[in-house]
Amino acid sequence: MSITTILSQLSQGMIISVEIFVLTLLFSLPLGLIVSFGRMSKNKILQQIVKIYIAIMRGTPLMLQLMAIYFAPYYLFGLKITTQYRFTAVIIAFSINYAAYFAEIYRGGIESMPIGQYEAAKILGYNKGQTFFKIILPQVIKRILPSITNETITLVKDTSLAMVISVAEMFTIAQRISARETSMFPLVIAGIFYFIFNYIVAFIMEFIEKKYRYYEG
Amino acid sequence: MRMEKSMNLVEMKHVRKQFDGLQVLSDISISVKEGEVVSIIGPSGSGKSTLLRCATLLENMDAGELSYHGEKVVWEEKGKAVTASHKEIKRISRNFGLVFQSFHLFPHYNVLKNVMDAPVCVDKVPKEEAKRRAMDLLKQLGLEDKAYNYPCQLSGGQQQRVSIARALALQPNVLFFDEPTSALDPELTSEVLKVIKDLAKQRMTMIIVTHEMKFAKEVSDRIIFMEGGVIVEEGTPEELFLSKNPRVQEFIGKLEE
Ligand SMILES: Nc1ncnc2c1ncn2[C@@H]1O[C@H](COP(=O)(O)OP(=O)(O)OP(=O)(O)O)[C@@H](O)[C@H]1O
Ligand SMILES: [Mg+2]
Repeated sequence: MSITTILSQLSQGMIISVEIFVLTLLFSLPLGLIVSFGRMSKNKILQQIVKIYIAIMRGTPLMLQLMAIYFAPYYLFGLKITTQYRFTAVIIAFSINYAAYFAEIYRGGIESMPIGQYEAAKILGYNKGQTFFKIILPQVIKRILPSITNETITLVKDTSLAMVISVAEMFTIAQRISARETSMFPLVIAGIFYFIFNYIVAFIMEFIEKKYRYYEG
Repeated sequence: MRMEKSMNLVEMKHVRKQFDGLQVLSDISISVKEGEVVSIIGPSGSGKSTLLRCATLLENMDAGELSYHGEKVVWEEKGKAVTASHKEIKRISRNFGLVFQSFHLFPHYNVLKNVMDAPVCVDKVPKEEAKRRAMDLLKQLGLEDKAYNYPCQLSGGQQQRVSIARALALQPNVLFFDEPTSALDPELTSEVLKVIKDLAKQRMTMIIVTHEMKFAKEVSDRIIFMEGGVIVEEGTPEELFLSKNPRVQEFIGKLEE
């Protein structure tokens, strides 16, 4: 097998990995915000439910959650599991898992905001939505960006877990070729890929953090 | 409702407030007419901030009445305080502004945006006009060259003047100040006090909690001395400074030294 064929096969996997990464962020970042509202809700029952959800998401391996989501349609509803569902299962499992982590980060950020910001907004007549989205959230985002960066870097590496339900992402393919060709080469390429991927992610996050450095606080 | 000239702009009657069993305000009544400047003085913990917070609806009072221009915001029914509807409150709240001890400017907005954002978002003033008004206010408060700076780049005195401009931008009928200079160094205090004195000259109605006795004497039409959640004495600056009440004498004497 020539290097070009290996690379072209691996590049298919890279695309899948990047897709998992992007889609997970796209769903889990807003979902996390909603979950954090539930976690901070005055409604004790809702708050308790969300607490349990977060505890499960953070307390069990993502790999296990991935398998649970993948097999759930069969075991719960007796539905046949299709190949297309594999990718969907990965996105669902990753999104709800990462949403739990992001929710706690949002909550920390929101609770760290001084009450004076809310009071000033109230006196000036801002309604609840304006207060949150114009005054509070932009400041919260600045505060939580370093934690978000950490999670995104973990997510890059976690995309390889999709292997357990045979989604053909980067690592799955690298391992397959490696076993077939009895060569370490594909795995080395995979390692380099994750490294560069994370380098780019860190670069983008740093850029965003810099953009928020226009004020202190 | 048409207001009469003599009608009180702000009126609080028999206001009571407890915090977990601690009676912070007991039976406080205050009325302020249009154009009046009233200072509230008193030792720490006497309930001055709580009173302003009740008047500006940041705190719910347990009992009593609150009205602006004779329109009731809070009143009593069967011995309990009831608050007007959300919509009514929104309308009546536009009567007042509040300047905080620690400014509470929005750190992610520049000075201009801090001042013009509420008029645009809340009052739906067109952007251009809001900007013109904000620039006029900043000029009036000596801040025109700071319009595009962020609060973190300003001194405390400048930040407090911005927060005054932000409150004025909504054109309130009465402005409350809660120790506007307590977070400032003495040199910065005077620039903020000068701004408030200028507002007094323009007949802005103001209720000011302060520890600056000389300033209170100069600027106020009336001074209220509070202690332990009650009004101990109330009168013109002359009356208060010549008070026979030993507590008032002691308090004023201490601060004047
Ligand atoms: N949110 C609150 N919860 C519990 N107690 C409170 C609360 N706010 C104020 N208090 C208490 O109420 C009393 C009056 O407080 P307040 O802040 O109104 O006093 P103040 O006259 O403004 O004092 P200072 O001059 O120190 O600002 C104090 O004993 C204070 O501890
Ligand atoms: Mg106070």
